[in-house]
Amino acid sequence: MSTAPLLEIRSLAVSFTQYDRGLRRRTVTALAGMDLTADRGELVALVGASGAGKSLLAHAVLGMLPPNAVESGTVRFDGVVLDPAARRDRAGRDLALLPQSVTFLDPVTPVFRQVRRAAVLAGRSAPDAVAGAALEHRGLGPEVHRRYPHQLSGGQVRRVLTAMALMGDPALVVADEPTPGLPAEAVRAALADLRRIADRHRAVVLITHDLAAALEVADRVVICRHGRTVDEARPADFHTDELTHPYTRALWHALPGNGFRLTEDA
Amino acid sequence: MLTAGSAARPVVAAVVARTARLVLLLTAVAVASFVLMVNSPVDPVAAYVGADVASLGPAQRALIAQRWGLDDPAHERFLSWFGNLLGGDFGFSLTFNRPVLEVIGDKFLASLALMALAWLLSGVLGFGLGLVAGVRRGWFADRAITWLSYALASAPTFWVGLLLLYVFAVSLNWAPVCCAVPIGVPADEVGLGDRLAHLALPAITLSVVGIAPVVLHTRQAVVDALASDHVAFARAQGERGVGLVLHRVVRNAAAPALLLQFGSLGELFGGSVLAEQVFSYPGLGAATTTAALGQDVPLLLGIALFTTVLVFAGNLVGDRVHALLDPRSRLVDLRGTR
Repeated sequence: MSTAPLLEIRSLAVSFTQYDRGLRRRTVTALAGMDLTADRGELVALVGASGAGKSLLAHAVLGMLPPNAVESGTVRFDGVVLDPAARRDRAGRDLALLPQSVTFLDPVTPVFRQVRRAAVLAGRSAPDAVAGAALEHRGLGPEVHRRYPHQLSGGQVRRVLTAMALMGDPALVVADEPTPGLPAEAVRAALADLRRIADRHRAVVLITHDLAAALEVADRVVICRHGRTVDEARPADFHTDELTHPYTRALWHALPGNGFRLTEDA
Repeated sequence: MLTAGSAARPVVAAVVARTARLVLLLTAVAVASFVLMVNSPVDPVAAYVGADVASLGPAQRALIAQRWGLDDPAHERFLSWFGNLLGGDFGFSLTFNRPVLEVIGDKFLASLALMALAWLLSGVLGFGLGLVAGVRRGWFADRAITWLSYALASAPTFWVGLLLLYVFAVSLNWAPVCCAVPIGVPADEVGLGDRLAHLALPAITLSVVGIAPVVLHTRQAVVDALASDHVAFARAQGERGVGLVLHRVVRNAAAPALLLQFGSLGELFGGSVLAEQVFSYPGLGAATTTAALGQDVPLLLGIALFTTVLVFAGNLVGDRVHALLDPRSRLVDLRGTR
């Protein structure tokens, strides 16, 4: 099984059962067919417009879908098919979510207690020492331990989230995009962090709507649209204009640097 | 950003501002209550004399009115009361034949047990039920609890009191029908068990006033917390079940619940007037009714002022506790917008 990638998602589909007025049942398809692989040392960007199902894929991979969700398709991890319950069990250890925004920290709990809790959940012994060391390792000394999330700078928030996400030494990190509206250098720093995480023999799936940013750090770019992955390309393919799929071409040409051109429904 | 030296001044300013606000509030409450009392249709002399009022001649009436200063202009009477108040003299209660402060002290002690028990009951029960409802949103437990809250919110206090009396005191004979202590038993022979037995029904009745808002607010806070990003991240880290609620939800939901609970002292007082009346419980609420019906102006004004201070203090403590639980609200304080 040495040839199998660490994460292999095949035809993943997710739908929700909802009840309309009365007892009429309605099924809403959110993901129609997602294919994605990521191997250790690799940073794969999943690019799509908002509503294309990117975040839902992240939740599905971590087994965090709500109870009314129905999932089909396969998710292989290390060559083994894992059902949602098995993925949920591994969340926080082998599989990690890495968000980027301060809203992912508990607003009413001091930072250290949250990092410590992450250490406990990851099954680390001596969580106090581990949590302190994890923060120290990212340049956050004891002075930030008792601070609340809203008292941290954006960069500090990111480092705390990273410390928590990597607590269980995960093989796979599903990372959210850097918060939209962040200054360019902050975005670059966040992306560089993700690149470093991938370079440490981990698989990173970056979920973003920012194609330009994805092209800077990703090894591969997977394009999704309407709950379906439609194309996969290497960053080099974009610059040499070897894009085959019309939607990918349209995304590329819509970038500010490429003329802002909007193609009619591609 | 915040050193001890620079923090001291805003604190002093805040204390001064709040004290000034309290004084203004007390003055307004005193004036308003006084105006209401002066315009009340109850004749103070008739109320004082009681059933023998028929044997009272007009000359005697005029004499009493003059002696009590009832013929003086209203503002003079108010100012003389206010002047005495500044000197620490709250006046004399004609209905209880004792100084006002003594009456309030006595009655408040009786009411304190009742109100504290009701307050704790509605707080603990309300928060617990709200937590369960929020966590089990959409399930049977949630529907039952929400339905119960709406029912309690729409049930009048006196009606709930009468219902409880009928079921538990009259039909089942489990609880005493009235009063704070057994009738005909010397005060030093009344045990703690007796007192609690007499306290139970009024306290439950009174807690009904406060329970529904706490349940519904807590439920919403829990629902919001569970849908928030930080809970999603906690789930992604393997947090779930009781641990999730304990570590990531309880504190978030406790802040609004406590703020509400401390802010509801006014309703608690209002409820105690009705609950004590139904159960003939000799507390501050019952004394308020007596004072109002007997035209006992000094006592009623005293109770009004005392209640105002208590409600004000409750809100103040609520603010502090909220700031303690949710550090973000301290930002608002520091900017001086409160």
